[in-house]
Amino acid sequence: MSIWLDSQSKILVQGMTGAEGTKHTRRMVASGAQVVAGVTPGKGGAQVDGIPVFGDVTSAVDATGANVCVVFVPPRFTKAAVEETVDAQVPLCVVITEGVPVHDTAQFFQYAQNSGLTRIIGPNCPGIISPGQSNAGIIPADITGRGRIGLVSKSGTLTYQMMYELRDIGFSTCVGIGGDPIIGTTHIDCLEAFENDPETDAIVMIGEIGGDAEERAAAYIGEYVTKPVVGYVAGFTAPEGKTMGHAGAIVSGSSGTAAAKQDALEAVGVRVGKTPSETARLMRAIITG
Amino acid sequence: MDLYEYQAKHLFDVHGVPVTPGEVCTSPEVAHEIARKIGGPVVVKAQVKTGGRGKAGGVKLAADPDEAAARAQDILGLDIKGHVVSKLLVTQATDIADEYYVSILLDRTNRAFLAMASVEGGVEIEQVAEERPEALVRRRVDALEGMTPALAREIVDEALFPEAVRAATADILVGLWRVMVSEDATLVEVNPLVLTTDGQVLALDGKVTLDGNAHYRHEHHADLLDRDAVDPIELRAQSMDLNYVKLQGEVGIIGNGAGLVMSTLDVVAYAGEEFDGVRPANFLDIGGGASAEVMSNGLDIVLNDPDVRAVFVNVFGGITSCDAVANGIVGAIEALSGRGGDVSKPIVCRIDGNNAELGRAILNDFGHELIELVDTMDEAARRVAQLAASRTGK
Repeated sequence: MSIWLDSQSKILVQGMTGAEGTKHTRRMVASGAQVVAGVTPGKGGAQVDGIPVFGDVTSAVDATGANVCVVFVPPRFTKAAVEETVDAQVPLCVVITEGVPVHDTAQFFQYAQNSGLTRIIGPNCPGIISPGQSNAGIIPADITGRGRIGLVSKSGTLTYQMMYELRDIGFSTCVGIGGDPIIGTTHIDCLEAFENDPETDAIVMIGEIGGDAEERAAAYIGEYVTKPVVGYVAGFTAPEGKTMGHAGAIVSGSSGTAAAKQDALEAVGVRVGKTPSETARLMRAIITG
Repeated sequence: MDLYEYQAKHLFDVHGVPVTPGEVCTSPEVAHEIARKIGGPVVVKAQVKTGGRGKAGGVKLAADPDEAAARAQDILGLDIKGHVVSKLLVTQATDIADEYYVSILLDRTNRAFLAMASVEGGVEIEQVAEERPEALVRRRVDALEGMTPALAREIVDEALFPEAVRAATADILVGLWRVMVSEDATLVEVNPLVLTTDGQVLALDGKVTLDGNAHYRHEHHADLLDRDAVDPIELRAQSMDLNYVKLQGEVGIIGNGAGLVMSTLDVVAYAGEEFDGVRPANFLDIGGGASAEVMSNGLDIVLNDPDVRAVFVNVFGGITSCDAVANGIVGAIEALSGRGGDVSKPIVCRIDGNNAELGRAILNDFGHELIELVDTMDEAARRVAQLAASRTGK
C-alpha cells in the first residue's frame, strides 16, 4: 500500500501538449508511472509519445479509465481544468500550477467539496510520489526508492532534500501539499492517511511560516496519531508582513510564526529538527532504533 | 499587496460602497486646492500602511483651505511607526453619530471567506475580539455562494446594529464582497464604518489587500504599487522576475524553492550566532526549474547589494540540474568581471541532487579563487557566516 497513489493508478495529464506538461509526462513515464491520457482542449486525437490526447476530461476518463489527474495548465485556465476533473468524477486531482488566484482556488476547492468525490492536492505543489509504484507530478523519482517513511511537506525542494537525506531507508508516499494560502489537501489529511497505512511506520512533516495548519496538525497528532512523527519548520528568520516565495508564506502580526508552530508540535511530543539534516537524523534514529 | 486608504476608498467607490469625497496629494498647495474644491471643513489624513495614525498626529481637522494647507505642512514628513508620510488624503469632514466595524477576509483555516461585524467600531478590532468576543460576529462566506443579501442581513441582525442602519450596512457588506471578488482582494476592512448625524452610513477608513497572483487579470493593479516605498534592489529583482526579499543582514542567499531558501536563511542565522551575529541579507528563490540565466541574474542582484559580504548558493537539484546551476554561476562571474562589476565577494556553494557531480566538476574546473564548494548545507552555512564575519571586521 501507500496513500492515494499506487502501481494501479492511471494518470491523466491536463496540459500534456505544453512544454512543461510534455517534459514531466516523460519523466513520470520514465519513473514507471502509468500515464494513460492527456487532455488539451482542441487537441483531441493528437498523441504525445504514443499517449492519446483528448479534448476533454470526461472523454479521456471514459476511454482510458484514468483515476488521477495532474494539472499543468496556466493559472488562468486552472479553475476550469479542476472543475472539469471534478465533473468527470476523477478521485484525485494534483494541481502543479503556481500562481493561481486564491479566489479561484477557494472556488474550485468548494466545488470539489460539494461534489464529495475529488481530492485535490495543491495548487503550487510538486505532487505526490509512491516510490517504485507511481508518480503524479514533478517530484524526481530517482532520489530514493520504496520504504516505510511517509512524508508531507509544504515545500518542493525540502521534500527532495529530505528524500535524499533518507534515501537509503526509502518512503511509502511523499506528498507535496503546496505553499498557497488555500490548498486542497492539508497536513492533517496526510497524517490521517499515513496513520491508517499499514506500509507507513513513521512520518516526517515539513511546515513553514503562515497560517495555522501546523498548529492544527499538532493538535491532531496529539489526539489521533500513534506512529512516530518528526517535524521541521522553515522561516524562523522571516520578517513580519513579507511574502517569502510561496504565496501563503507570510507572518501576519504575531500569527503564523515558525516559533509558534515548533512550540505546538513539541508540545505534543513531536521532535522538531533545527535544520533539515538534523530532522533527517531524528527520523533515522527512530527507524534504525 | 496592501493598499493605502485612498486607494482602498477609490475601489470602494467604484464598487458602490459609500465614502466621503476626497483626493490624494503630496503638498500643502494641492491640499489647499482640494479643500477649496470640497468646500467646508475637511480632514487631512496621513497615508501610511500602519495603524495608530490619529494618535501619532497624522489625522487633523481643518476648517478651511488655509488651515488644510497648514495641517498638510505639519503632517508631511511625520514619522509614524517608521513610515515617513509623503502622501495625504484630503477628504470632507463628517459629523459622526456612531461608529461600527465590518470586514471580509480570506479564511485560510476554513478554506473559505470570513465576514466580521461589530457595533464597536473605531477601536482596535483585535482588542474587541479578545476582550468582548461576543461583540464581534463572525460568519463563514462560501466561496461559490458569496455574500448574499440574506447573509448580510443575518450578520447585521446578529451583530445588533441599530435598526435604522441595518439595511444600509447589509448593502455595504454586499458591496464589500463585490470589491473582494471583482478586485481579487484577500481582505477588505472598514474601521470605522460611521453613521453621520444626517443619517448616512459611510466607510470613513478603508483597508484592502490584493492577491498578487491575480494581477494578470487586473491591469490597473500595477499602478497601485507605490514604487517609491519598495526597496530599490527588490524593484530591480522584480523587473528580472526574481523572487527576492531584502533583509537586514550581511550574507547573500540564493537557493531554489521557497522552502529551501527559508530554511537556508534560518541555518545561516543559527550559524551566525557563532560568528558575531551575522544574518542573512536577503531571500532569493530562483525557482524549482531554474536555468543558467536565472542563476546569473540572481548572482548579479546579490553581489551588487552593498550590504552583502559573502554569498551562499544553496541548490538542491530536483528538476533543476546542478550543471545548469554551475554554468549559471560561471556565466554570472564572467559577465560581471567583463563589465567591471564587483566580484570581490566569496561565494560558498552547496550543490546536491540531480547531476551534482557534474555541477561540482564545472565549478572546480573554473577554479575561481572566490568560489568554495562545501558538501552539506549546515557546514556551508557555518563557512559563509565565518567568511562574512571576517569581512565585516565585526
